[in-house]
Amino acid sequence: MSENTQNTTPNKEQYSLNDDRRVKVLSPGALVAKRFFRNRLAVVGLSMLVAMFIFSFIGGLVSPYGQDEQFYTYAEMSKEYVGVTRNDTLRFVVADGQDFGSIAQSKALNAFKKGETEFVYKDVAYTLDILSDDMYVVKKGGTILGYAARDLVNPADGAAALSFHAKLAGLTAMVNDETEFTADGETYQLDDGDVKLGGDTVAYISRLVVSAADPSIVVTRDFKERLEETLDADGVKFNYTDEAGNTAEYDIVYDASTKVWSVKQMTATYIYDRYAAPSKEHWLGTDTNGMDMLTRLMYGGRVSLIIGFIVVFMETALGVLFGGLSGYFGGWVDNVIMRVVDVFYCIPSMPVIIIIGAAMDAMHLDSWTRMIYLMLILGFLGWPSIARLVRGQILSLREQEFMMATEACGIKVRHRIFRHLIPNVIPQLIVVCTMGLGSTILTEATLSFLGLGVKYPFASWGNIINDVNNAYVMTNYLFIWIPAGICLLITVLGFNFVGDGLRDAFDPKMKR
Amino acid sequence: MRNYIIKRIAQSVLILFCVMFIIYALIRSLPSSFAETMAMQLAQAPGAKPYKEWLAQLNAAYGLDMDIIPGFFTWLSKAIVGNFGDSWKWNVPAVQKFQEVIGLSVIMGGISFVLSLIIAVPLGVLAATKQYSRADYVITAVALVGISLPTFFFATLLKLVFSVKLGWFDLYGLVGRDYAQLDAMGQLLDKANHLVLPIVTLVIVSIGGYMRYTRTNMLEVLNADYIRTARAKGLSERTVIYKHAFRNTLIPLVTIIGGSLPSLFSGALITETLFSIPGIGYISYQSMVAGDIPFTMFYLSFMAVLTLASNLLTDILYGVVDPRVRIS
Repeated sequence: MSENTQNTTPNKEQYSLNDDRRVKVLSPGALVAKRFFRNRLAVVGLSMLVAMFIFSFIGGLVSPYGQDEQFYTYAEMSKEYVGVTRNDTLRFVVADGQDFGSIAQSKALNAFKKGETEFVYKDVAYTLDILSDDMYVVKKGGTILGYAARDLVNPADGAAALSFHAKLAGLTAMVNDETEFTADGETYQLDDGDVKLGGDTVAYISRLVVSAADPSIVVTRDFKERLEETLDADGVKFNYTDEAGNTAEYDIVYDASTKVWSVKQMTATYIYDRYAAPSKEHWLGTDTNGMDMLTRLMYGGRVSLIIGFIVVFMETALGVLFGGLSGYFGGWVDNVIMRVVDVFYCIPSMPVIIIIGAAMDAMHLDSWTRMIYLMLILGFLGWPSIARLVRGQILSLREQEFMMATEACGIKVRHRIFRHLIPNVIPQLIVVCTMGLGSTILTEATLSFLGLGVKYPFASWGNIINDVNNAYVMTNYLFIWIPAGICLLITVLGFNFVGDGLRDAFDPKMKR
Repeated sequence: MRNYIIKRIAQSVLILFCVMFIIYALIRSLPSSFAETMAMQLAQAPGAKPYKEWLAQLNAAYGLDMDIIPGFFTWLSKAIVGNFGDSWKWNVPAVQKFQEVIGLSVIMGGISFVLSLIIAVPLGVLAATKQYSRADYVITAVALVGISLPTFFFATLLKLVFSVKLGWFDLYGLVGRDYAQLDAMGQLLDKANHLVLPIVTLVIVSIGGYMRYTRTNMLEVLNADYIRTARAKGLSERTVIYKHAFRNTLIPLVTIIGGSLPSLFSGALITETLFSIPGIGYISYQSMVAGDIPFTMFYLSFMAVLTLASNLLTDILYGVVDPRVRIS
C-alpha cells in the first residue's frame, strides 16, 4: 500500500509492516467510497439527486400551496349590457280618457307629412298643431286628443310618471326652447332635457330608447346620460360609476343593419387562474387548471421518484429470487426459470403497457388504482434482466472456494444463497438498480406524457409536459413544460451519473 | 454450429408460442370495447337489429365468441399461414397495412442508425484513448445526457426551436400542405424535410448507448497485454490504437450492431407518434389505443419475432466474428 518504506528516516521508530500507524487500512466499503468521490461526474450526479430529492420531498412541505389547490382570478369579460336605438318614428301619446285609434293616428301622420293642419276621419274634423318637424298635437274642436313626438319623456329614477299634460307641456317647452313650463298647477323647470320640480329631476326628455339585455339590469338616468354623451361624440368606450361606486368599462358596438348600438359591459368575472405567467405568488405560474406550477412540480417529483423506487424494488426482489434460485440450483430449475425469463424478455413491454393503459382508460379506473396497476405492471415486466444478471454472477461465484467452504461447514441452503452468494452480487445489483431507477422514471414519464400513466389530479413530470399536445401551450407557455422536462432530465441524469460512478468504483480493476 | 443454430431456432419457436399465447390471453381479457362500440353504432341505424344480435354477430365474425384457448389456436392456425385478419381500425388486412407503412420506418430507422454509429463510434474510441481527460468527461457526460433525455421532451424542444421559432420544419406529419402540387423530386424533398426532426431525435437519443458501449470495450482492449506488447515494440500510438486496439473493439461492436438490425423494423413508437409520422410505430400506437385486436396481435407477434431474431443473431455473430468463441 504505502510505498515510503525506504524513505523512512533513521531517527523514526521502525514500525512493523502491518502496523496501523504505518499503513492506512481502508475497508472495501471505504475504498469504494473513495473511488466514487474521486469521480467528478459521480459527485455531480449525487448532488443533482440530492437536490431533486430535497426539491420533491421537502419542497412539497415548504410550499404554501397544496398539490391540487386551484387559484382564481378576476378576468375582464365583455358581457351584453343594454341595447340602444335612436327613436326615429313619431310616437303617439293619447291623452287620458280620450279615444284616438291607430287608424286615426295614421291619418294624422299622413296629414302631418303633407303639411296639412286639418284632416277628416269618419266624418269628424280634426286639427293638427304642428310645433316642429319632430312634434305635432292633434285636437278635436279645441280638446287635445294627443300628441306625437320623436322625443320621449321618461320618468326619472324613482319618480312617478308625468301626467299627459305635463309631458305635452314639457315637450312644447322643449320645442320652443323655454326653460320653464306649467302643468297641473305646478311649475317645472326644463334644463337641457331634464324636467325638474322644485330642484328635483322628475323626468327627462330624450330620443334614445334603452333596453336592458337582462331584466336584472336597471338602467339609470345617469347611465343613459353618459351613454348619450358618448354616442353624440361618436365614442366607442366610456366608463361609468354607479351609485354604489363601482366603475365599469363599457364598449359600444353599432350594428348598421339593425341600427342598434349594443353596449357591452366589461365585468370582472371570477375564474380559474389558468396559465398565469410566473409571478411572486406563483414562481412558475399556474397550469391549465389554475394550480401552482412549482408545487405541482414538487409533488410530481415525489410521484415519479416513489414510482421509480417501488418498481425497481419489485424488479429487484423478483429478479434476485428467481435469478438466485436459477443460478444456485442449475439443472432443470435453471432451465425452467430461464425459459420463463426468455419469454418475458420477448414480450414487447412498451406496447403491452400502452394497451393496458388504454384499457384502463376504457374502464374509467380512478387515478389512484391506475397508479398502483402501473407500478405492478412495470415491476412485473422488468425483473427478467435482473434475474439474468444475478444468475450469471451466481453461476461463476458458486464454483469458487468460499462456496465449497460453506458447503463443508454444513450451512443451510437458504443461508448459502442469501447470505453468501447474494451479497457478492450486490455491487452489480446496485449499479443496475441505480440505472434502472433512471429508466423507470423515464418510462413512467413517457406513459404519463401519452396520457396512459399517472393521471390528474396526481401530478407527474410526464403529465405536466403532456400539456404541450396543445400547440398553443407549447409555443406560448414555456414555463409550463420546460421546468418539468429539466427536472426529469436532471433526475434521470443524476441516477445515471451515480450508477456510472458506482460501476467504476466497484470495479477493482479500475486504477485511478 | 449448425446444430447450435437449429437448437436455438427450435427454442425460439417455443418461446414465441408462449409469448403469443400470453399476449393473446392478455388482449382477450381486456374489455373489448371496440366490438361493443361498433355494435352500438350499428344498432342505432334505422331498422337495424338490436344491439345484442349485432354484438353476437360481430363477436362471431372476429372469433371473440370462443374461449381464450380455442380462440388462440384458431388465431394461431390462421396466423401461421400469414393471415392475421382484417384490421378493425384501418379496414384492410393487417399484413397489408403493415406492408404500406413498414418502408417508412425502415428508412427512418436505417438513416438514424447509420448516423448514430458514425457519430458514436469515433467519439467512444476518442474517450477511451484519452481516459479521464477532459474530452473523456465531456463525451461520457454527453452520452449519459443522451441516455437520460426523455424522447418526448427533446422532441418538443426541437419542435419549439426549429418549427415554431425558426419555421424550418412542419410540426407534424410526413407531407406538407402543398404536397400534391409538387413534382416527384419536390415530393421526395418534402418528405425528407419532414423526416429531419424525427431522425435527429432518434440519433441524439440513441448515440449515448453506442458511445458508452464503444468506450467500455475499447478500454478493455487497451488494458490487454498485446497492446502493451505493441507499445513495447515501439509502434506509433496511431498504429497501436487503430490497428491493434480498434480492430479488436470491432468484435463486440459488430455483434451488437448485427443484433440491433432486426429492431430497425420495429419502428420508433414514441418518436413516430410525437411527429405523427405514419410509420409502423405510430400506426400501431393508434391501433393499440383504439383496441384494434387483429393489428395489435400482428404487431406484438412481429415485435416478439424481431426480439428473438436479434438475440439469435447476436449469439451467432459472436461465434462468427470472434474465432476465440466456440459455441457449443
